[in-house]
Amino acid sequence: MTKLTDLTLCEARNSLLNKKFSSQELTQAHLDKMEETRALNAYITETPDIALKMARLSDEKISKKEELRPLEGLPLGIKDLFCTKGVRTTAASKILDDFTPQYESTVTQNLWDAGAVLLGKLNLDEFAMGSANLTSAYGPVISPRKMSGDPRQFVPGGSSGGSVAAVAAGSALAATGTDTGGSIRQPAAFAGIVGLKPTYGRCSRYGVVAFASSLDQAGPLTKDVRDAALMLKIMAGYDSKDATSTNIPVPDYEKILTGNIKNLKVGIPKEYRVEGLNPEIDALWTQGMEWLKSAGAEIQEISLPHTKYALPTYYILAPAEASSNLARYDGVRFGLRMPGQTLDELYELTRAEGFGKEVKRRVMIGTYVLSAGYYDAYYLKAQKIRRLIRQDFEEAYKKVDVILTPTTPTAAFAIGEEPKDPVTMYMNDVLTVPANLAGIPGLSIPVSFTKEGLPLGLQILGPAFEESRILNTGYVLEQASQFKEKSLKLWTNS
Amino acid sequence: MSEKNNYIQGKTGLWEVVIGLEVHAQITSKAKLFSGASTVFGGDPNTQVSFIDAGFPGMLPVINNFCVEQAIKTGFGLNAQINKTSIFDRKNYFYADLPQGYQISQFSYPIVGKGYLEIELEDGTVKRINITRLHLEQDAGKSIHDQHPMKSYIDLNRSGIALMEIVSDPDIRSVEEAQAYLKKLRGLLRYLGTCDGNMEQGSLRADVNISLRRPGDEYGTRAEIKNVNSVRYMGQAITYEIQRQMDILENGGQIDQETRLFDVSKGITRSMRTKEDAHDYRYFPDPDLPPLVLTDEEIERIRVTLPELPDAKKARFIKDYQLSVYDAGVLSSELETVSYFETALKYLKEINEKSIKLLANWIIGELFAALNRDSLLIEASKISPQSLAELINFIYQETISGRLAKDIFAEMWESGEQPDKIINAKGLVQVSDEGMITAVIDKILSENQDKVIQYHSGKDKLFGFFVGQTMKIMQGKGNPAIINKILLKKLTP
Repeated sequence: MTKLTDLTLCEARNSLLNKKFSSQELTQAHLDKMEETRALNAYITETPDIALKMARLSDEKISKKEELRPLEGLPLGIKDLFCTKGVRTTAASKILDDFTPQYESTVTQNLWDAGAVLLGKLNLDEFAMGSANLTSAYGPVISPRKMSGDPRQFVPGGSSGGSVAAVAAGSALAATGTDTGGSIRQPAAFAGIVGLKPTYGRCSRYGVVAFASSLDQAGPLTKDVRDAALMLKIMAGYDSKDATSTNIPVPDYEKILTGNIKNLKVGIPKEYRVEGLNPEIDALWTQGMEWLKSAGAEIQEISLPHTKYALPTYYILAPAEASSNLARYDGVRFGLRMPGQTLDELYELTRAEGFGKEVKRRVMIGTYVLSAGYYDAYYLKAQKIRRLIRQDFEEAYKKVDVILTPTTPTAAFAIGEEPKDPVTMYMNDVLTVPANLAGIPGLSIPVSFTKEGLPLGLQILGPAFEESRILNTGYVLEQASQFKEKSLKLWTNS
Repeated sequence: MSEKNNYIQGKTGLWEVVIGLEVHAQITSKAKLFSGASTVFGGDPNTQVSFIDAGFPGMLPVINNFCVEQAIKTGFGLNAQINKTSIFDRKNYFYADLPQGYQISQFSYPIVGKGYLEIELEDGTVKRINITRLHLEQDAGKSIHDQHPMKSYIDLNRSGIALMEIVSDPDIRSVEEAQAYLKKLRGLLRYLGTCDGNMEQGSLRADVNISLRRPGDEYGTRAEIKNVNSVRYMGQAITYEIQRQMDILENGGQIDQETRLFDVSKGITRSMRTKEDAHDYRYFPDPDLPPLVLTDEEIERIRVTLPELPDAKKARFIKDYQLSVYDAGVLSSELETVSYFETALKYLKEINEKSIKLLANWIIGELFAALNRDSLLIEASKISPQSLAELINFIYQETISGRLAKDIFAEMWESGEQPDKIINAKGLVQVSDEGMITAVIDKILSENQDKVIQYHSGKDKLFGFFVGQTMKIMQGKGNPAIINKILLKKLTP
């Protein structure tokens, strides 16, 4: 039988229903794997006692033949950006090192209501700001993926680095992440798993530590597309506690996963062939088009003319919102407090000590672009360009049904070899940020590897609230690429 | 409406005072503007705070539609334009009583646009003060600095309570106008039930923007006096500030554009911060809140729930009761006064211009004086509207004289007794019997022959002496009109 930690969410669910093993066994297997792979630093807070308690409750329900919930007894990891009631939540920041929320985020509440089990809180870039999980106050996350024969450690991507590392390593059946500029999709591509950023407003932001309010969106990180469909069904839904949450029904994403994409029009945006695009990725992109064509789709070149402005626009708007969202971390009511002689001193000492370099950098940028004399030239201008970017997609979707692009310009890089210049680091997001600016959903599917064995992913973008369409398209790519079979051969020793 | 000139004579010439008021009114509602926490005044510190109000991680604001309705109602009361689309903005600054590090307010697109308020001045004129806008915003918590030598205490109960900021154009030209405006606005808000107007508790606060200029010149540099919390203190603050600014300007100096506080104990304004410390609030639209979009139906639905507004009621009082503009204005300015007046009207035996005028005089005169003296609100009046109406009935029917009625009123106030009981107990029924009065007058005149002669030779003032003497013998119960009539007849040869 497959190792318990190699199962997908759906496989484990079916096995639990068929009593092949218990939730406690399943959970313990993952706790063991967590211990075994602790060097990856995927978890900030491990919750074995809570996990086994929840698993036991699920087992009781199963044995009593009670009506089972969709995620009954299935152990998950939660990105440490989601507030979990009674469980420490740090946002990977020193300033929240001792913070335990007395409330639960809506997304995680949905998961617990569906019977899922909490394994622990997963590492991330501090306040979700980063593309390599190198900025966490709790140390970097190491990807379970390596180059064959190469001793170097690689980054898992970010900001949801801990989430993808845990799923890829088998220390969580699935995980939650958040995506503001690519923080689900990019690490999913680096780690070779599936990552979905839903439409803005699809999932509630209540209880999610805010980075950039108009861009943040919670989403699943899973081993395959079917798992992502199941997770999204549970995570998504209108929440009256979030005024930006959209009130439209949640489809049964898993049920409508058919793999039928006959006559689907797939757009290939020419502007995504960016400078520095790894040639292997370019070739993979073409391969992806072939796979989809074989399944009956039509491939069409399209133009998204404002693509090149997306990254600078993002790096004006996201820091601006972040500078305001992070003002509440001031040492007065919760979190770290460094006492001072005056109020200003308390603020200065607390935030200097509590925030890491990248967070400080973005708060400064954000404050600057909102300040008097610069607001019009930066923030206001960026908002106008954002509308044009969204219009690009609206126009494109009049001609095509989905858009296919690479997820990242390169594969994962080694720890210590990351770009030292922050702006170059920001280039990791160039293919993912447009979707956040436009509010549309995006799915990253692992489809192949570099010569050296690092994962490569393709991205599928859809119109707003068409998650089922992109899941379906992703399902086809997943089948065609046979990624899982190939990766089992490649990574059995990891 | 006349453009009265309120110029002040300085040492070097005339000055015109230019004043604009920014009033912060706490909205009467059970819950806060963006959270469900309670708004009740005076709770134990930090017992009425939700995680949203305290700015905890992951917390999000959700609009309280009732507060929006209250703002729209107020907009109607101010004869203002209701903006169908308005936006919430973040006003960013750091202070310990501002948990989120920003206040959710409305900067570029407020919910209510231009309007006006008409104020009645003591000389009987009516002046229109234009309103620039009204917007919704959160109140901050309270900082308490005097409980500990080294620490400040923060109470967040007030954090997040809904405020309406009502901004007037700089149309106010004197202390009297400023006070009339604030009182009228307060009365309107209480009328509408959108703010309780309690300045002592801080539900209503005024910021006064004040500058001086030579008549006809451009506006001068203004100073802002923040958080004035009584009509009286506002008057004192303005008076002091006018003098302060005039002294500076007349000596050739310049006014600093700055924020000042009114020091109640010293009766002066003090500088709070200068332009160098002026905040850059970095306003931007709050991404957690969609634009507030109102439909015509929603706005109409609110409009039909409005009570008759003070100015409309005033106009009706003038038309239906022939009250003077001033009397109608005073009687209609507060809902509780209207209630008292209209209840008393029901108990008048005869309802006509004369009896209504009598009632109005007694409410505005004696009743208000007694209420002020005892620091009571009209709702707590010691004389009920019905009892007052009965007293008026006695006066109207000339059963008692107006002079004695004042004594009866005082007795009613102290004892809570009904007027008829007091009149009968003290035997104060007015005497109008011409025969009786004639007898008394004859006696007075015969006992004061010398004075009668003096009267006939020109000392007209002695008429009052004769009236007084007659009243004295009649123990004040003589009908003055009849006394006058008979005395005049007797003294006219």
